[in-house]
Amino acid sequence: MLLAKIVGTVVATRKDPRLVSSKLLVVRPIDPRGKVDGNYLVAIDTVDAGVGETVLVVSGSSARMAAGLKDCPVDAAIVGIIDAVDINE
Amino acid sequence: MQLARVIGDVVMSVKDEKLVGIKLLLVQPLTPGREPAGRPIVAVDSVGAGVGEEVFFVRGKEASFPFYPAEPPVDAGIVGIVDHWDLG
Repeated sequence: MLLAKIVGTVVATRKDPRLVSSKLLVVRPIDPRGKVDGNYLVAIDTVDAGVGETVLVVSGSSARMAAGLKDCPVDAAIVGIIDAVDINE
Repeated sequence: MQLARVIGDVVMSVKDEKLVGIKLLLVQPLTPGREPAGRPIVAVDSVGAGVGEEVFFVRGKEASFPFYPAEPPVDAGIVGIVDHWDLG
């Protein structure tokens, strides 16, 4: 799973019927210290997250195991809102 | 599967209900020479690993198999703690 920051929202009127009423957010992966790096991606929100929050993103077929996404055509889902990351390197 | 070192832990209160009770760790993938390989990722733990230990983890849906029959939405999971490795 990736740590990511929510940087925006996506609105789509025409979409797969199984995505109707799903919330789409633009997220950007971050490193454990909070610095953004890497590409933007669109993820389905399952935990009522909002712009600016740090979240946990699950990708690939596992994204469909998130609540309410069974059989949905998705490959990235937000499954939690991060409270804290403790690093001991 | 990939070798990694556990470098930290992750705390979440708002999460998918199937993730409740599952430990999340921050792991840094490693080359066999113990150099970092790519960015750290978050993995679930099913073997009792802790910070500082060297582990191996699976990617993809298989990461949820240790929790069968529950199907938590996870794509990386620690499945073993490495005692040592040798390159022949």
